[in-house]
Amino acid sequence: MTRFTNSLTNGLTRRGLLRSGAGFAGAGLIGAPALVSSANAQSKFDWKQFKGEKIDVLLVKNPRADLIQGAEKAFTELTGITVSSEQVPEQQQRQKAMIEFSSGRPSFDVSFISLHVQKRLAYKGKWLEDLKPYIADATLTSPDFDFADFNKAGLAFATQSDGSIQTIPQFVDYWMVYYNKELFAQKGLAYPKSMDELMKTAAALTDPSKQIYGFVSRGLKNANIPVWTSWLLGQDQQTVSPDGKLLTDTPEAIWAAEFYRKLNKEYAPPGTIGFNWNECQTTFMQGRAAMWLDGIGFATPLEDKTKSRVAGKVGYGITPPGPKAHHSATFADGIGISRGSSKAKKGAAWLYIQYMTSKKEQLKLIKSGAGSPARQSPFADPTVNEGSIFPKDYFECLLGSGKIGEPGLPAIIPVTEFRDVFGVALTNMLSGADPATELKKATEAFKPVLDKSEL
Amino acid sequence: MTGMPATSLGTGKALAATPPAGHYDFSRKYWLFVLPAVVIILAVIVFPWLFTFFMATQEWQVTGATSFVGLANFYTLFQDTRFLESIGHTFYFTILGVALPVFFGTLAALVFHREFPFRGLLRTIFVMPMMATPVAVSLVWTMMFHPQLGVLNYLLSLVGIPPQAWTYDPATAIPTLVLVEVWFWTPLVMLIVLGGLAGLPKEPYESALIDGASDWQMFRHITLPLLWPFIMIALVIRTIDALKVFDTIVVITQGGPGTASETLNYFLYLQAFQFYKIGYASAVVVIFFVIIVALSLLLLYARQKSKWDA
Repeated sequence: MTRFTNSLTNGLTRRGLLRSGAGFAGAGLIGAPALVSSANAQSKFDWKQFKGEKIDVLLVKNPRADLIQGAEKAFTELTGITVSSEQVPEQQQRQKAMIEFSSGRPSFDVSFISLHVQKRLAYKGKWLEDLKPYIADATLTSPDFDFADFNKAGLAFATQSDGSIQTIPQFVDYWMVYYNKELFAQKGLAYPKSMDELMKTAAALTDPSKQIYGFVSRGLKNANIPVWTSWLLGQDQQTVSPDGKLLTDTPEAIWAAEFYRKLNKEYAPPGTIGFNWNECQTTFMQGRAAMWLDGIGFATPLEDKTKSRVAGKVGYGITPPGPKAHHSATFADGIGISRGSSKAKKGAAWLYIQYMTSKKEQLKLIKSGAGSPARQSPFADPTVNEGSIFPKDYFECLLGSGKIGEPGLPAIIPVTEFRDVFGVALTNMLSGADPATELKKATEAFKPVLDKSEL
Repeated sequence: MTGMPATSLGTGKALAATPPAGHYDFSRKYWLFVLPAVVIILAVIVFPWLFTFFMATQEWQVTGATSFVGLANFYTLFQDTRFLESIGHTFYFTILGVALPVFFGTLAALVFHREFPFRGLLRTIFVMPMMATPVAVSLVWTMMFHPQLGVLNYLLSLVGIPPQAWTYDPATAIPTLVLVEVWFWTPLVMLIVLGGLAGLPKEPYESALIDGASDWQMFRHITLPLLWPFIMIALVIRTIDALKVFDTIVVITQGGPGTASETLNYFLYLQAFQFYKIGYASAVVVIFFVIIVALSLLLLYARQKSKWDA
């Protein structure tokens, strides 16, 4: 333990930095391969070095947390570290993390972080350890950890503005289009090749007399933002510029809002104004919607024949290209080590993170249908679709989306308020308000909030 | 009993207990018994309130610096159209969410007060909604309200009524939430009023019968006035409860569509626990407190006026 503490606070951290030669603070991702080679230099790795330690882990309640908890017994056998983990529903987990991290002495040593929501907050609040020194330390990082294996989208989320890496990405959610192959075949239609084509396809598939609609997506405020940003990414634009300026009332943003409104008003079932992902999922599973834009993490129930009328008929399409660019809105969860934890537990926590984001565990993640892994290697594994409930195009969609992934939400502290303010504007549009006016109003309302957040 | 006149004993004790002018008798041991209660009240009621007032005067952002802003949070609140709208939604919800359960609850109590077969069984079934967990039940209602797949629209279709948007339309969101509230809380009102009915004196009815009064006249001029204090208790409980509504809204609509069902309590939750604006949220708490106290005083005054001996 003493050796570990010293390695972090004295020689090894500095040596690791010098050895990588990348200049961590500015180099960010570029420095990562150098770190990996440094880490791999150690041929034998001691998983038992923190034997006898006990760590507390805060998880978000979802199928991925079930997998993690399922792997904890094997982790304890390998390392001799005892784990006490707790699953908390998403909203409450974020609140718990925020309150406990802000207190300076959280009750957990490892926490999951929704990077698309709390990345900036975690950075400003100094919640988490910078993991770069850990990755660089060959005595702490297993040679087969292979940091370079993590994909671009996941690492972009995990990397903070100063180049520090405060979490290891575990799950990356890509927004894509689920489509009902049977309904497409009945009309002789193919999966759309552009956003404009998607609109025309939705129109062709809509038949209210049969209660069949061409498209469905979230309308509920807050939840509806990624739908809008998905279309906005087709204009090659984010909602906030890299220098922190709002781009939410530009012609491109208005185009995306009009696109959102037309699809949800004219080709979606009545009532989508109050739909979150679960209502959309139910509608799609009952065969009432031909296309559904949402995160690929919701795929599993669609292929469950006991629950879904469309099982075996679902197509998985990459979000079509927009007028200027082809991107998939991306979201990610990462795992980090609490800065407030005792130093003695940080090493054990790092072993836990390594184990739970290892190639083996990430392959289990994709094979179980619990979500999309943040590593690339599971996709290349020959056994990836063996015994899978998903067809080939599911894996192709994941791989293809990974190549064009862009954050679906801005990396700002008040991201929840952003979602709320612009979410209300989008909802108002579905009730008949003018998109340009609503976006202008929302931008004016949110600007002072954003300005104040960075003070 | 002791042979000593009560008046002289009382006077003697009073004289002995009177301290000299300007002095307090700290030797009274009963202070020790009062002290724990005083400490608890100061710690759990007075201090939180004072601290809330203090926080309301601060610009208090999580991860940001805290600074004194005086009454600026209150000024901003009254410029915030969403806050003002949420007050309107709260009163709209409260009026419907109080009046309808009180009306139907009183009606149900009058029915269940009469003797008829299986009365006990039916009364038990009637009070069952009140025992259910609000969040779980709200989830069930959410599924029932689904515009395409919900059972309510299916039932309407059986009698030829077109499908409704329920909570999925800004215009019908609050009335639909009130429907859940009525289902939930009518049994409580029924129990309170039923308790009142059981305690009514029989003599006025006997006199009225002798005078030839009709059923309606007896209800209008005897039952209702005598029941009024009990109905007022139900009104006070329901009003405070409806003003504070949160669980059904957060589960069923999350304040939506848009902000159509955003009540004061939900607005407060957003500011405090979603946007982490602690100072601003504390200012909302202060306003909310003032509204609840004002309404409670009004209702308690009305209750005093409605007492039998008033």
